[in-house]
Amino acid sequence: MAAVLLPRSLLALFPGVGKRHDVPGATVGALIDSLDTTVPGMRDRLVEAGPRLRRHINVFVDGEPATLESAVSAASVVHIIPAVSGGAR
Amino acid sequence: MTRVQLLVGTKKGAFIFESDPARTEWSQRGPLCEGWPVHDLIVEPDTGAILAAAGSEWYGPAVWRSADGGTTWTHSSAGLTYGDEADAIKTVWSLATTPDGGVLAGVEPAGLFRSDDRGANWRHVEALTAHPTRPTWEPGAGGLILHTIVPHPTDTERTWIGISAVGVFETRDGGASWEPRNVGVRAEFNPENRFPVTGQCVHKFAMAAGQPETLYQRNHCGVYRSDDGSETWQEVTGDLPSDFGFPLVAHPRDPDTCWLIPLNGADLGRYVPDAQAAVWRTHDRGASWIRAGAGLPQKNAYLSVLREAMARDTLDPVGITFGTANGQLWNSSDEGLTWRMITDTLPEIWAVEANVLED
Repeated sequence: MAAVLLPRSLLALFPGVGKRHDVPGATVGALIDSLDTTVPGMRDRLVEAGPRLRRHINVFVDGEPATLESAVSAASVVHIIPAVSGGAR
Repeated sequence: MTRVQLLVGTKKGAFIFESDPARTEWSQRGPLCEGWPVHDLIVEPDTGAILAAAGSEWYGPAVWRSADGGTTWTHSSAGLTYGDEADAIKTVWSLATTPDGGVLAGVEPAGLFRSDDRGANWRHVEALTAHPTRPTWEPGAGGLILHTIVPHPTDTERTWIGISAVGVFETRDGGASWEPRNVGVRAEFNPENRFPVTGQCVHKFAMAAGQPETLYQRNHCGVYRSDDGSETWQEVTGDLPSDFGFPLVAHPRDPDTCWLIPLNGADLGRYVPDAQAAVWRTHDRGASWIRAGAGLPQKNAYLSVLREAMARDTLDPVGITFGTANGQLWNSSDEGLTWRMITDTLPEIWAVEANVLED
């Protein structure tokens, strides 16, 4: 189970959902799919057609920039962070 | 008790204003929808639920829904996709309810989606984006957006949509096929062909009350009326001070009356002519236009009003409300003759909807 940490602005979209989620998966994409089963609609907020991470969503696995295909381990800590660039509009 | 409710979409969330029928004192709530940019707001006529068309730079497109008057909200984009091999959808731009209980959503890049479960799930109306002219569609300054949806009030097979800078399309078979409806509409920015089949920059259109075959169109290049269900258009720009502007709203009971706000020109700053704010109306189907500026600033008013940022209520006399790109919200409770400011401290206003509530 990797630990996924969600940002404040994303939590606001899902009332009652906590910041930290321990979910199964071997890649970032699999973690997000797992998260979507417990928080329906979460994947649509993070992933767009491609599939790829939305343009202004940054994911870090153990401190390193990641994509949906990036590998994670059971001990990984995954931060999901809205990019600074997304505030232009 | 009768209340008038204004639903206001801005660059930084939705706001709700309410007044008694006098429409002189307004309460304010917001920002709602977690501060997401909101392009359109509507009310489901049978449930009273509020729907908001939105798109976040971070979290993508969604249709928000509140069943309790805007206190709590859900959001969904389930099915709002062209598939993994196609362009991602950036935002939801427009919403409309259909006479058979469906909801239609226009998106960027331009396409139409339908929900038959109150906005929880969406399916692509594929025939529109499969139209043979699709490879030629070019965006306007606001993007390639499907910004206007006008369902026929009784015939569920007929719907009109508007795309910038592509034009008006109509379906007469429930969305299975679509026809361009731009005959007679100028495209001055296309010197090779001023009257193409598609490529017109429609900005907004509205149906005349009780006359589904009569449509009024605010275009990048003039104002038009159709008397034959959009098959042909005739220009009625007449003595308006410019041929450019964005919003247009039609009277809820008088098919001969509509209102609009001319701006000085597409390449001249896009603010009210001579920096003097005014709303213009016709009472004779566009044959003549009347200016009304009483209460509005008449000097140094560099105001712009965007395509969805004007609405009318259904009271008698009709109330008109518009919002500006610099966050001013103006209301008239006498059919557009005189104006009062509600507030001037909102974010950039993108959408206004007026709703009359009976408690």
